[in-house]
Amino acid sequence: MRLEPKPAPSLGTTLLYPVGAIAATVVIASLLVLAAGANPFAVFGLVLKGAAGSQFALMETLTRATPLVFIGLAVAVAFRAKLWNIGAEAQLYAGAILTVVLGTGALPLPAFILLPLIAVFAALAGAMLLLGPAVLKVRFGVDEVVTTLLLNFVMLLFVSMLLEGVLKDPTGLGWPQSQKLIAEARLPRIVTGRRLHYGFVLALVSAIAVWIVMKKTTLGYEMRAVGHNPEAARFSGMPVNWILLKTALISGGLAALGGFSEVAGLKGNLTLDLSPGFGYSGIVVAMLAMLNPLGVIVAAIFVAGIFVGADAMSRTAGVPSYIANVMVATALLTMVTAIMLTRFRVRWR
Amino acid sequence: MTEAFDILLQTSFWVAAIRIASPLIFATMGELICERAGVLNLGIEGIMVAGAFAGWFTVYSGGDLWAGVVVAALTGAAFGLAHSTLTVPLGLSQHVVGIGVTLLATSLTYFTYRLALPEVTSPPKIEAFQPLPVPLLSDIPLIGPALFAQTPLTYLAYVTVAVVGWALYRTPLGLAVRAAGENPSAVEAQGISVTAIRMGAVMVGSALMAVGGAFLTMSAFNSFFFEMVNGRGWICIALVVFGSWRPGKALLGAILFAAFDAYQVRLQQVTGGVVPYQLFLMLPYLLSILALVLVARRATYPKALMVPYQKGER
Repeated sequence: MRLEPKPAPSLGTTLLYPVGAIAATVVIASLLVLAAGANPFAVFGLVLKGAAGSQFALMETLTRATPLVFIGLAVAVAFRAKLWNIGAEAQLYAGAILTVVLGTGALPLPAFILLPLIAVFAALAGAMLLLGPAVLKVRFGVDEVVTTLLLNFVMLLFVSMLLEGVLKDPTGLGWPQSQKLIAEARLPRIVTGRRLHYGFVLALVSAIAVWIVMKKTTLGYEMRAVGHNPEAARFSGMPVNWILLKTALISGGLAALGGFSEVAGLKGNLTLDLSPGFGYSGIVVAMLAMLNPLGVIVAAIFVAGIFVGADAMSRTAGVPSYIANVMVATALLTMVTAIMLTRFRVRWR
Repeated sequence: MTEAFDILLQTSFWVAAIRIASPLIFATMGELICERAGVLNLGIEGIMVAGAFAGWFTVYSGGDLWAGVVVAALTGAAFGLAHSTLTVPLGLSQHVVGIGVTLLATSLTYFTYRLALPEVTSPPKIEAFQPLPVPLLSDIPLIGPALFAQTPLTYLAYVTVAVVGWALYRTPLGLAVRAAGENPSAVEAQGISVTAIRMGAVMVGSALMAVGGAFLTMSAFNSFFFEMVNGRGWICIALVVFGSWRPGKALLGAILFAAFDAYQVRLQQVTGGVVPYQLFLMLPYLLSILALVLVARRATYPKALMVPYQKGER
């Protein structure tokens, strides 16, 4: 078999394949539901109800989508330049650490100064963390995939060390958790009594900002050029290494804002389970969005809906909630296949 | 300070080092085969999780230990088939597909585990492989017990290295595999299908990764629990680079790495809690990164690694 590039795909096929990808994901998930001895229609009904069936459900979904937007943007920016940042998990924790360090009373400032200050320093921490692997890549040719992956484990151990050491909450009854943030360092809730917070708004603003950078600025053009063909970009006089380092700073900073938003908006303190694998599901979000910053918003809400819905479903239907992770992983694989099929025709001979 | 040195003279230390090395040897050989054929397999972490569970579950449901190894290998091969179908004939990004396979294999495993044992809080144990001392050889001081009083799976790991080394460098098939990673058009010119070679290599490699995972549940911990692979797969990718894509060097790298890992655990006891234990646990990951940096300059990647091959294209 071989692949032949298709002429410009029509809008119909562009939409047909992603829908096919989602359908394939649902079919595979249905088989798992059947294996669990439940009725797929009932289960997916429950997932949908749990994700979007009420105002409460919708707000929970948007709350869960918030860190996924940040991570999705971080991954989308990096992957555009073919900088394979698989370490968003670690960068998220770097942002969370800074938020706790600065937000638990070290800086007694009013909220309108303190919050932006923390956000900036959190972003810087994440940016610095990805700068390491990026420098190793451009300077020594070390594959950033492995270094960023390994740093995820290093960072989690580092957080564990902090939470049992200098950042440990003395009133925490021995639990490895940090002190709570002071009121001035908390992002307010959008609706009182619900968990949705202004981190979600910050995520939307970030998505628009990243979209503008990617589409309208020289830097965005350069990043796409480097991702498309680094040799050609270098030949045409672009400072490829410098562009990759700038990409790393933006990507790491965005992922760290996810950590800032989770701590300051939702959790209020730092624990070891701050991220249930956002760094990895964020990769799925970015790919589902075809690396489009605005698409990241939609994809993040979709993925968050699967997780929130599956959690609710699992409590009533007795199907393990891990089905959400299976669906997200399947969606990633079927979606990249679908994207490929919109561009190429498979010839069997 | 002498205590820190004395560790190196303890038999138990070297026994532990070889035991820790065993799963890494399987998985590193698996990744090495994939990369030699031109495919970076980032599914390794998830495939190890799936293999760990498949082997354990086979024995837990009443199967023979060796049947568990076979089931683990087949499970790995199945994920290898999924990975290579997407990356080889369809030419999708090996990075993205690899991460996808890792996520899929891990979550599918956890799902199946919860389905099979819904109420279990502490993971049930199985009767795992027992050490099988080789007569005479295991009586050699220090290295005898380390090398020759291990479980049969460790001996299988040695055999795997020998077979992989022999197959890659002494057989026509091995030549084809190496060429598929260096110069695929040359393979096609010989009338051999690059697609078949690469897909086969990824399936065999993934089977080995899964056996590496199965070592954890069937030879080391005797039960399956979440997060048990804990980055070992990614470390194996670093070991492949460190070993310059050569089975012998990669074996040495794995043993060196494992010795270091066993050493840090013992050093932790010597230092007696003055240094936070997390710092010791970080060392294996930091060491992997350091190893990558050290060899990066002279690393000679297979030239067609991560380059999709299209028949008739040059």
